[in-house]
Amino acid sequence: MSTAAKNKLLKGETGDWEIVIGMEVHAQVLSNSKLFSGASTEFGAEPNSQVSFIDAGFPGMLPVINEKCVEQAVRTGLGLKAKINLRSIFDRKNYFFPDLPQGYQISQYKDPIVGEGEVTIDLKDGESIKVGIERLHLEQDAGKSLHDQHPDSSFVDLNRSGIALMEIVTKPHMRTSEEAAAFLKKLRAIVRYLGTCDGNMDEGSMRADVNVSVCRVGGYEEFRKTGSFKSLGTRCEIKNVNSMRFIAQAVEYEARRQIEVIEAGGTIAQETRRYDSKVGETRSMRSKEEAHDYRYFPDPDLLPLELEADWVEAIKKTLPELPDEKKARFMAQGLSAYDASVLVAERELADFYEELAKGVDAKAAANWLNNEILGRLNRDGLSIAQVPVSAAANNAIIRMIADNTISGKIAKDLLDIVWTEGGDPRQVVEARGMKQVTDTGAIDAAIEAVIAANPAKVEELKAKPKLAAWFVGQVMKQTGGKANPAAVNAALKARLNLPDEG
Amino acid sequence: MPDMNSTSLIGMTLAEARDAIRAKKISSKELTGAFVAAIEKARPLNAFITEAGEKALAMADASDKRIAAGTMGALEGLPLAIKDLFCTKGTRTTAASKILGNFVPPYESTVTQNLWNAGAVMLGKTNLDEFAMGSSNETSHFGPVFNPWRANNSNANLVPGGSSGGSSAAVAADLCLAATGTDTGGSIRQPAAVTGRVGLKPTYGRCSRFGIVAFASSLDQAGPMTKTVKDAAIMLASMASVDAKDSTSVDLPVPDYEKLLEGGIKGLRVGIPMEYRIDGAPAEIDALWSKGADWLKAQGAEIVEVSLPHTKYALPTYYIVAPAEASANLARYDGVKFGYRAQGARDIIELYEKSRGEGFGAEVQRRILIGTYVLSAGYYDAYYSRAQKLRSLIKRDFEQAFEKCDVLLTPTTPGPAFGVGAKTSDPLEMYLQDVFTVTVNLAGLPGISVPAGLSENGLPLGLQLIGKAFDEGTLLRAAQAVETAANFKHSPAKWWSV
Repeated sequence: MSTAAKNKLLKGETGDWEIVIGMEVHAQVLSNSKLFSGASTEFGAEPNSQVSFIDAGFPGMLPVINEKCVEQAVRTGLGLKAKINLRSIFDRKNYFFPDLPQGYQISQYKDPIVGEGEVTIDLKDGESIKVGIERLHLEQDAGKSLHDQHPDSSFVDLNRSGIALMEIVTKPHMRTSEEAAAFLKKLRAIVRYLGTCDGNMDEGSMRADVNVSVCRVGGYEEFRKTGSFKSLGTRCEIKNVNSMRFIAQAVEYEARRQIEVIEAGGTIAQETRRYDSKVGETRSMRSKEEAHDYRYFPDPDLLPLELEADWVEAIKKTLPELPDEKKARFMAQGLSAYDASVLVAERELADFYEELAKGVDAKAAANWLNNEILGRLNRDGLSIAQVPVSAAANNAIIRMIADNTISGKIAKDLLDIVWTEGGDPRQVVEARGMKQVTDTGAIDAAIEAVIAANPAKVEELKAKPKLAAWFVGQVMKQTGGKANPAAVNAALKARLNLPDEG
Repeated sequence: MPDMNSTSLIGMTLAEARDAIRAKKISSKELTGAFVAAIEKARPLNAFITEAGEKALAMADASDKRIAAGTMGALEGLPLAIKDLFCTKGTRTTAASKILGNFVPPYESTVTQNLWNAGAVMLGKTNLDEFAMGSSNETSHFGPVFNPWRANNSNANLVPGGSSGGSSAAVAADLCLAATGTDTGGSIRQPAAVTGRVGLKPTYGRCSRFGIVAFASSLDQAGPMTKTVKDAAIMLASMASVDAKDSTSVDLPVPDYEKLLEGGIKGLRVGIPMEYRIDGAPAEIDALWSKGADWLKAQGAEIVEVSLPHTKYALPTYYIVAPAEASANLARYDGVKFGYRAQGARDIIELYEKSRGEGFGAEVQRRILIGTYVLSAGYYDAYYSRAQKLRSLIKRDFEQAFEKCDVLLTPTTPGPAFGVGAKTSDPLEMYLQDVFTVTVNLAGLPGISVPAGLSENGLPLGLQLIGKAFDEGTLLRAAQAVETAANFKHSPAKWWSV
């Protein structure tokens, strides 16, 4: 693929520009307790109800690493096909903030728990690209300042203080806002498959900082060849973008802003910016000069984190099949790349599909899921986890279509019935007489009835053979839609001596 | 009931009192009552920040009930003083700082919990240098502590050493059977030396740091301050433990240190590190040191010269590492959550500046500034990371020395107790107090100071023994040999008790 593919360029006044994007994603570790304390991590509790003395930075309190969080970070690292560092170090990142009770955040600086890895993302046009992962490290979340509780005081809620986060840093390997959004979507799918983060962006379980720069055509290719950041433009970091849609918007806005500045003869200053989703703009938060000096140093309260290679290996053995592997397997079963990637995007959807497709044609199952089930879920505003008709029940419907028990049309009606009323599809078909009629006697009788009722049409048909479709429709109506359309066609042809179609 | 007046009660060693209680010759209540009265009389020393007489008597009562029921702990009924750096549930804990104000911890430090579990009684919380930063107990927000000792023919007040100056004064003045201290650069050993008592800094990781207000986490270690080496052994056995709440505590069995005192020192190799002979040290310090070597030799030890070549870098290394860690450890005192909050701040930055500016004393502020500086971008490599490298070289010095010997013998301090105010105007002069002790903290080793003699002007001087990591047993045995030979029986005149 060409790195200067036309669809990845932005047009400026003075020529074309390339966008280069890197990301830092904070993903909250799924664990019952915090990174260094036993306090609960449940979302939405009363303010300050889930705070230990450690989280509140009380005198003499010491952090003790939560093994579950370490395991989750390693699991995520393995899912990102990354190098697991058997020795990593926790550092103190020093700064003052009211919602940072210790006066420092325990993080990992020079020696993170996970090193380089990669994520493959699939784009709409069928292209797949690899985004390099620079590192993943564990750190504590801060608390939350509340400024709207009192006219002249601010309050602090420490429930979030000390919750484990994984900071996942990519290499600058994304080129369009679509790629940036696709990356986050894929990363979210991976951590959800792994069960290491719930990926819930509304609750802040996943937050992204997006680094954007622009360069002239060819700069990115040069960067990939030499690794020299000099080939790229100066980057700006957009903090805490919390939805896929906003990421795409923020990247678009920021790239255009930078191009305008440069084309007007200005230069881009390295800085941190904030995306205001209400007006769709990024705004400067602080310049490089105003950046904190965090005075990182190894936390003397914690020993270096040493992992056993066997322990890592044991975790590796428990990894689930991840989206890429699942997609490959689905495609081998006969699904298109597009269908397969839609299905693997959510683990629940893929699991539903696998249950649904048991013993039936893969393509038929995928179509049924895409067209019928997802359509209805979408209409009703439900997620796959809330689907009212089980995969097994849907599987039964597909089997009934396949063995001609019911027609495709009836199947849709049947799904509507069990969707709203519930019940076992096979029993509903029996009880309501929805079985497809293949009995030629019954079809012949219906044909005779239609002919008898429409002598004029029969005459017309001799001149206009296309009217046959009208007769099929009438026969279907006569049988309440239960007649097998192929059988009706054949019987009509024989009865009325129609010629074979072209 | 035995024929004992209150003077002889409080004059007992911890071991003697333990044996008297076990033999039911005295009750904990009697013993505790005698100390509570002595503490009240000794207020001019300012050894205690918080006296806990009522609580002590209640604990003694409970202890006597356990004694009657026959369920005695190792320290059953024995009254102790606790450095006010150990958090004690329900009893104010100040770290001798205004910024902790009237902080009452809702939790107990592991070391003190271990002591209470062993049946000990808490008499109160002793004074110290603010956040344990100092060598004279003069930086305390609650005022200086006076050394029970005075020089011959002098009424001048002397410092009790620091930072555990309240504890050293309390032990020296018979205000408790023993006390806890903490030692980051010499804060147990130096005050013990200048008050004529025993101070033991265990191996880093031997005692849990949980619930001890942190100064410099990689150096801080709790230990006992006692009247005798045997008492130190008894105390350590109860203080030490591995602790799931402190990742740096070490999971090694706690031996019966008292038993390990037996057996003498025949064949023990005692190293004399030549670098500890410093220019300008008083002749009496050198003379005492030689005497100490002779005492050990006379008891069958072999004296070997060893070299610790990086010793001269120890003080600068210490005064980079300790303030760096302190600058982060003390960031939590910001006026937001607990402790002192300045009034009238217009915004959060002003709240920080005023609370910390008013809440911390000058020495603490100095160290926070040094620590912040050495960790700053552009200075980190020149200071902090070089200090870390030196620290590992200092550690390696000891490892190499211990290939040739089992313990090291050095002076504890460069001189006896000095006058109140004598060194406060020159921080560097004050920092020199730690010249013989900081290396031990940097290397994480155990060290003990034993009273060994009196200076020309009649003030106590100590000798320091340094052991291999987690070999407190050998260290205590060697210390006892010095103690026996020195036969230090001096006590200060009780000038404070009128």
